[in-house]
Amino acid sequence: MPELHAQLRGVTRVYPAVAGYRPVHALGPVDLDLRHGEFFSVVGPSGCGKSTLLEVLAGLQPPSEGTVTFEGKRVHGQVPDGVGVVFQEDASFPWLTVWDNAAFGLRRSGVDKAEIDRRVGDALAFMGLKDFQQAYPAQLSGGMRQRVCIARTLVLQPRLILLDEPFGALDAQTRLLMGDEVLRLWRRTGATILLITHALDEAAMLSDRVGVMSARPGRFLDLVETNWPKERDSTIVSESRFGEVTGRLWHHLRGESLKALGQSGVPVAERSGRAEA
Amino acid sequence: MSRIGWIRLAVLVALVALLEFLVRIGSIPYKTMLPPSEMTTALVRLLVAGTATRDIVQTLTCVAAALAASVVAGFGLGVAIHRFPRLRRALEPFFATYYAVPFFIFYPVLIAIFDLSLLPIILMGFAFAVIAMCIATINGLDRVPRVLGKVARMHRMDELETALRMKLPAAAPHLFTGLKLCVAYSFIGVIASEFILAPSGLGHAIAYAYNDFDNRTMYALMLFVMVVVITLNMLLHGWEQRLLKRWHGR
Repeated sequence: MPELHAQLRGVTRVYPAVAGYRPVHALGPVDLDLRHGEFFSVVGPSGCGKSTLLEVLAGLQPPSEGTVTFEGKRVHGQVPDGVGVVFQEDASFPWLTVWDNAAFGLRRSGVDKAEIDRRVGDALAFMGLKDFQQAYPAQLSGGMRQRVCIARTLVLQPRLILLDEPFGALDAQTRLLMGDEVLRLWRRTGATILLITHALDEAAMLSDRVGVMSARPGRFLDLVETNWPKERDSTIVSESRFGEVTGRLWHHLRGESLKALGQSGVPVAERSGRAEA
Repeated sequence: MSRIGWIRLAVLVALVALLEFLVRIGSIPYKTMLPPSEMTTALVRLLVAGTATRDIVQTLTCVAAALAASVVAGFGLGVAIHRFPRLRRALEPFFATYYAVPFFIFYPVLIAIFDLSLLPIILMGFAFAVIAMCIATINGLDRVPRVLGKVARMHRMDELETALRMKLPAAAPHLFTGLKLCVAYSFIGVIASEFILAPSGLGHAIAYAYNDFDNRTMYALMLFVMVVVITLNMLLHGWEQRLLKRWHGR
């Protein structure tokens, strides 16, 4: 059994009531064991607490109940050393060049210039941004800006990388290619990766295991082992096993997605088309 | 220079030439206004002779002090108020009515407290400018993407570092509006205060020349103030445009 890297035990997250609204029970209780060096994805219907799960694991939000541990130490109040997060939104700094964006964290940490040059040069080359290092984010496409954010995280050499729907704004083809890059990154760094996504094909292609979450409050309904070889890329989408994995994911998710639509205030029957039948 | 820049320059030159022409042919009485060429000549002579140097230095010093204080205090106040939404809601009516207050009625009170020193003048410039910077800061911070706050926490930044290294540059395009207003308001506050009740300074010198029917000196000093203010604003505008180009890639 591979070594345990991060763990959630009985974790819930309840957002307190604000301005006339009731408290929102967003997550849990959730138990999760992340194995060292695995690629784990979380899929679930919109609003099921996927991003909340990631932020609690990252230390960006405190759990309302339960415990979070990373490398055996309790995560409490701040992002632990060794954890890197790439967010769904464009989080590149528009006032800095691509190079300075990537070097941001290292300069803050007082790393010497030669080491910064080495790590940043390496990360930009790896992410295919070497020719754009003096460009500003506004001069890049959405996918390239997201790669800048990944490079900025990568240079800090995190042992646990948390990706919160980083390709959500990209078209399907670009997402597949970005998926290949993430797989390369994962193999090269040996880091544990947790990916939040709403795309079943993305989760099925990239992951060793996929956690399927229920509608809010999000709980794990199933953990699907893909059994892909470590050396894989987006070509596996044409394999029959890929269809089995996505089929199993969709089997759980269909009902939960309908429930989530009901939570959003739209009658489920109407949304699913049965009202018209 | 761009084509638009050339058009802008041509419009300015045409307006100045028209003014020169109207004064020269007597459509505008010579006693009322000097032709721009004579204003310029008078200003050059004044600067070469050094008779206005003391007033110029004093006014620019007061403006610089009022500007620096209002930018620093306005930004700090804006960050603090943005941090506490309830305080912001409580203060919003005051901000909305702040510039309805005729500040200059307080000038005699400031003189009574601080005497005829530079401090009341600087305070008037500061009072005029500080809230503009504060409001621009709050508006700028409202537009900082929330995800940058998460990035700051990922890098384990404290509140001060987050404000200086993340929020300040992220809000910079919006802060420029505040900075430009601060420059204008600092000049207005300082020169108007000198104009009313000060023993020296550019405002005082302009008022003195006016009372003395010395149109040549009055217009020369007015031209000087306009050139300085417009040059400063153009520099800031250029800086802002470069920043926006970097920000938006156009």
